[in-house]
Amino acid sequence: MLLIKGGRVIDPASGRDEIGHLVLEDGKVREFLTGEAPARFQGKVISAVGKWVVPGLIDMHVHLRDPGYEWKEDISTGTRAAAAGGFTSVACMANTNPVNDSPEVTRHIIEKAHREGYANVFPVAAVTRGLEGKEMADFSELADAGAVAFSDDGKPVENSLLLRRAMEYVRPFGYLILSHAEDSVLAGGGAAHEGWTARKLGIPGIPSVAEEVAIARDILIARQVGGKLHIQHISTRMGVDLLRMARRAGLDVTGETAPQYFTLTDAALEGYDTNAKMNPPLRGEEDRMAILEGIQDGTIDAIACDHAPHEAYVKKCEFAAAANGIIGLQTSLPLSLSLLAGGKVAPARLVELLSAGPARILCLRGKGTLAAGADADVTVIDPEVEWEFGPSDVLSKSMNSPFLGWKMRGRAAATICGGRIRHVTIAGVTADA
Amino acid sequence: MEWHRRNVLGLSDFHPEEMEFVIDTARSMEEVLTRDIKKVPALRGKTVVNLFFEASTRTRTSFEIAGKRLSADVVNFSSGTSSVTKGETLLDTARNIEAMKPNILVVRHSASGAALFLSRHVSCSIINAGDGANEHPTQGLLDLYTILKVKGKIAGLKIAIVGDILHSRVVRSDLHSLGRMGAKLWLCGPAPLVPREMERTGAVVTSDIREAVRGADVIIMLRIQLERQKTAYFPSLREYSRRFGLNRDVFSLAKDDAVIMHPGPINRGVELSDELADCEHSLVLRQVESGVAVRMALLYLLAGGSHVAH
Repeated sequence: MLLIKGGRVIDPASGRDEIGHLVLEDGKVREFLTGEAPARFQGKVISAVGKWVVPGLIDMHVHLRDPGYEWKEDISTGTRAAAAGGFTSVACMANTNPVNDSPEVTRHIIEKAHREGYANVFPVAAVTRGLEGKEMADFSELADAGAVAFSDDGKPVENSLLLRRAMEYVRPFGYLILSHAEDSVLAGGGAAHEGWTARKLGIPGIPSVAEEVAIARDILIARQVGGKLHIQHISTRMGVDLLRMARRAGLDVTGETAPQYFTLTDAALEGYDTNAKMNPPLRGEEDRMAILEGIQDGTIDAIACDHAPHEAYVKKCEFAAAANGIIGLQTSLPLSLSLLAGGKVAPARLVELLSAGPARILCLRGKGTLAAGADADVTVIDPEVEWEFGPSDVLSKSMNSPFLGWKMRGRAAATICGGRIRHVTIAGVTADA
Repeated sequence: MEWHRRNVLGLSDFHPEEMEFVIDTARSMEEVLTRDIKKVPALRGKTVVNLFFEASTRTRTSFEIAGKRLSADVVNFSSGTSSVTKGETLLDTARNIEAMKPNILVVRHSASGAALFLSRHVSCSIINAGDGANEHPTQGLLDLYTILKVKGKIAGLKIAIVGDILHSRVVRSDLHSLGRMGAKLWLCGPAPLVPREMERTGAVVTSDIREAVRGADVIIMLRIQLERQKTAYFPSLREYSRRFGLNRDVFSLAKDDAVIMHPGPINRGVELSDELADCEHSLVLRQVESGVAVRMALLYLLAGGSHVAH
């Protein structure tokens, strides 16, 4: 039994935003109470006065590097970073070694997460065998093993016919394909957004159209086959516009963006900072503004950080040779909280983007809500605390973040997963083993 | 003026006075080159390593001669004869060389930012001899010096640069050296090779070579680098030459006393017609001369010199 008392409970899925007390029991939400907190309570008590109590945050796009690249990250450290960042669930991409294109790998991830994880791990399996873009993976077997969706993330499914067939094939089963939307021919070996910064620095560019063409293609294929589709890491203005258009046309298409795309622009590449190198690349200011608009007007359904850990030496090199990607699980929430400034994004909307939205997209039952009977996944957020993200805060095995040294506002005060306290910074409360 | 730089990584942060100071020093160096014994002991006991990760003959030779004229010990390291091919990282290679205690590393690398990156991790001085499509500062300075010799000034000159602007580190350095000294720059080439964003530098961007050359004082033709192109940016060399090659007909639009420059090596008959390459307006070989003097000047200044020993 766990009582979280006196917090502002924000649960957009059940339309709740009020001060009260949340009782968790047997890994489920038992009830929500208002008025006086229960005087005598048999169990742990967390005081959440002045804090928000929200359904456990869900990051639907992370790379845990396990199996195969455990020196970058593993399921234990990755989920520990997740819990510290307020996330009770993550969906991990298939570009492991071996690739998650077989039920053995899917099960390995699930079982290891069960044993060593600090958060729920939902594997995303490959669309194509070996991520090679040639043959479809065995979707049903993978789904039965526990895969919640399919993506070749890291690369696009280049063959339009193959993507069409895959989307068409899985439609009757309700499986979801997540698209890393990139025309890699148009992207043409680029290393940074094709804009002034790349021109000035002499870095080969990745034009916005490389993403836009791919998003348009994927949406049109979804339309053709009547399938559903989710667009990953949208970074461009036209990408947001295309998603908006698809939605207005009544298509079953959702999309995510990452905190880096509404926080930074390609100006961060000055000095050839390899920690600002990622794919899709940091774009221009007008793209950043468009992402913010998409978040405000509901076009974008989820914020997912694309946590991509890398060991130091693959970043400590000349820009062209540096690996793509940044860690993000511990900075995603505070960077997202910065959206509240100016009042254009309401707290409930933020909770949708970070919890209810991804739960709905991935059909995670019992997640993304605090309604009675839901899973006891809860994040207590201190929206005001000011802190600096320093190297000693990093719980990931890797340090590749452009946000190191940044002053942050707000973070997870407690992360409760399945009724167990997996992370807590509230005085007098200890984490469960 | 006082010289405080430890490295010369690019011209993006060079003030005009600083460039003038380098040119003044180069003038003194050039005087050395007119002597019977073209060698001064200024860098005796200093070691210069030419660390070249990209094929180059002329730039490396120019640095080597510059170093030797100053009595430095010059060692050449090129990737063909190194452990780079065995998968060593750039940083490891540079640190290994650094452990041998050179005073100055002259670095050429195919990745933009490579020289800046190394400067953050090694303690000896670094001269960038070309990093990807970023900068080629000694070329920017030698172009400046060469034009000054002939024209006596930069301000107000119309200077057209024609060719592959996108991949050119020469352009990015010339934009700083010539642009900052007040030239009016025109960038010309096939549209996919002349990014529109370059207008942000204040240069005029065009795909019409006649417009670029009309009334120009200086025309810098760039080598069209077929080897850099994985996919075609224009239909063929034949078409390129027709649209963007400099020949008598196009050159006649320039000022009567216009000069032609080229960082080399020239593709004769492609970007520059055979006759123009050797005509009296061509400064190509004077650029090479200036190059040695400018590189001597930089080596000298980085090694701590303040005046030339006579």
